[in-house]
Amino acid sequence: MPELSGFGTILLFIIGGFVFVLLSVGFAMLVRPNRPNIEKLTTYECGENPSTSAWGKFNVRFYIVALIFLLFEVELVFLFPWATVFGQKELVDATGGLWGWFALGEMTVFVLILALGLVFAWAKGYLEWERPVVEATRMDSKVPDKLYEAVSKKVKSIRAEVPVVKEEVV
Amino acid sequence: MTTFLFFLPLILTNAVLGIYAERKISAFIQDRMGPMETGKFGILQTTADIVKLIQKEDIVPAAADWKLFKLAPVIIFTAVFSGFAVIPLSGAWDGAGLEIGVFYLLAIISLDVLGILMAGWGSNSKFSLFGALRSVAQIISYEVPLGLSVLCVVMITQSLDLQEISLSQGLQSPNAVYLFGVVKSMDVSQWGGVFAWNIVQAPLLIPVFVIFFIASLAECNRAPFDLPEAESELIAGYHTEYSGFRWAFFMLAEYGMMMLVSMLAAILFFGAWNTPLPNMGVVKLADWTTGAPGSFMSYIWGVFWLLSKALIGMFMHMWIRWTYPRLRIDQLMNLSWKYLTPASILLLLLCGIWRLWMIA
Repeated sequence: MPELSGFGTILLFIIGGFVFVLLSVGFAMLVRPNRPNIEKLTTYECGENPSTSAWGKFNVRFYIVALIFLLFEVELVFLFPWATVFGQKELVDATGGLWGWFALGEMTVFVLILALGLVFAWAKGYLEWERPVVEATRMDSKVPDKLYEAVSKKVKSIRAEVPVVKEEVV
Repeated sequence: MTTFLFFLPLILTNAVLGIYAERKISAFIQDRMGPMETGKFGILQTTADIVKLIQKEDIVPAAADWKLFKLAPVIIFTAVFSGFAVIPLSGAWDGAGLEIGVFYLLAIISLDVLGILMAGWGSNSKFSLFGALRSVAQIISYEVPLGLSVLCVVMITQSLDLQEISLSQGLQSPNAVYLFGVVKSMDVSQWGGVFAWNIVQAPLLIPVFVIFFIASLAECNRAPFDLPEAESELIAGYHTEYSGFRWAFFMLAEYGMMMLVSMLAAILFFGAWNTPLPNMGVVKLADWTTGAPGSFMSYIWGVFWLLSKALIGMFMHMWIRWTYPRLRIDQLMNLSWKYLTPASILLLLLCGIWRLWMIA
C-alpha cells in the first residue's frame, strides 16, 4: 500500500467523511418510507401555519460580533507562525538572548494595538447585548385614591373584629 | 494514514456509547434510573434509536432551500471528522503528521460554523434561523479565547505539530524536563509520567487550560452554553426541521466534536498518549505502561491512555451539562469578550516571558 503524504491523509479524511455520510443516507433511503403530504412539508411553528418566511431581518449585533471576531482571527493567523520561532533556542543563543526579547516586544506592541481595538469596542458599548427594559404598566383609574383607602380601612376594621379561629392540629 | 480505519469506527461507537453514557450519567445526577427497558440496564437503547432513525421518513420542508438543507449535515460531519486526521494515537502512529497540525485543526473545525449557518438558513424556519445565528455568534466569540489558549501552549512547546507536542511530554522528550519547570536543579526527564505533562512542566498553563476548557464547551454548543439548541425556547435550534438519518449526523457530529476537543485537551495539556505513571527508582511504572518505542504494546498503551484521557474529558463535559443552568445571551457574550479574551491576551504575554526565561 503506498504511503500517503500528510495532506493526502487529510484529503482521505475529507473524502472519507463525505462518502460515509452519502452512503449512510443512501442506505437509509432504501429502508425508509417516503410518503410526503402537505401537512408534513410545512415549516414547523408549534402547530400554527407559518405566516411569513423566516428569511427576513435579524439583529445587527450579530454583524458587529462577526466584525470583532474577524479582527482577532486575523491576529491569530499572524501570531501562530510567530509563536513557533520567537523562542527557538538556537536563534536565541546565536543572538545572546536578544532575539527572543525583541520578537516578544514587537509582538506585544502588535497585540496591544489590537487590544486597544477591543477596548474601543467595549467603551463604545458594542459588546453590550440589548436587554429589554421592564417597565411597570400604569393603570390610571377614575376612582380617586382616597376612596380605595377608605374601603380598605373599613375592611381591615371588620377583619379585626372577626375572631381568628385557630384549628387544632390533630 | 491508517488512523482513518481507527477513527471512523471510533466516531460511531463514541456516539452510540456516549449517548447511552450521557443518559445514564444525567439519570444518576438527577437521581433517576435512566433507560432500563431495552436490553440489560437499557444498554441497547441507543442501538434501538439508530434502528428507528434509519426507518424514519426524511422530510425536507417545502419552503426550505433544499440544496443548503441537504448539504448542511454533510459539511458539519465532514468538518468534525477531518479534524481527527492530525490526532496522533501513539509514538509511532501519528495520522497525517502535519507540521502545522494544531493550526489545521483549529481551521477545519471552524468550517462547522458554515454547516450550522447553512442548516439554519436553509430550513427557512424561524427557530432554525435564530438557533443558527446564536450558534454562530457563540462559536466565533469563543474561537478567539480558544485560539489564544492553544497559542499559549504552542509558544511554550515551540511546535505546531501535535506529534512533536506529544513527544515532548514523556520519556521520549528531546528536551530536558525540570520539576514544575522552575526547579532547574531537578532534572526529571527520566521520571516521565505526570511530571512530563505540559500542565506540570509549565504550571502557568493551568489557567490557560481553564480558558481552553470553557471555550471548548462553547465550541461544542454544550450546556451551559447550549443557547443554540435551548429546547425550552427554540425547540432544537438549527436542526429543528431535520429528521431521520440526516438528523442523526448532527448528533454524530456533536459527540464527535466532544471527543475531538477532549483529545485536543489531552494532547495539549495532559501528556497526549503518554502514561500518567512516573518511574520511581526501581519501580519503572512509566516504562512498564509505555512499551518499547515502535513495539506492538506501545500502540496499545498509546491508544489506551489517549482514549482514557479523552473519555474523562467527555465525562467532565456531561457532568457540567447536568449541573449548571443555561447562560443568558448577554452573559455569554460578556464572558467571552470581557473576561476570557483579555485574560488570554494577558496569559499570552506571560507565556512568552516564561518561555524566554526557561531557555535563558
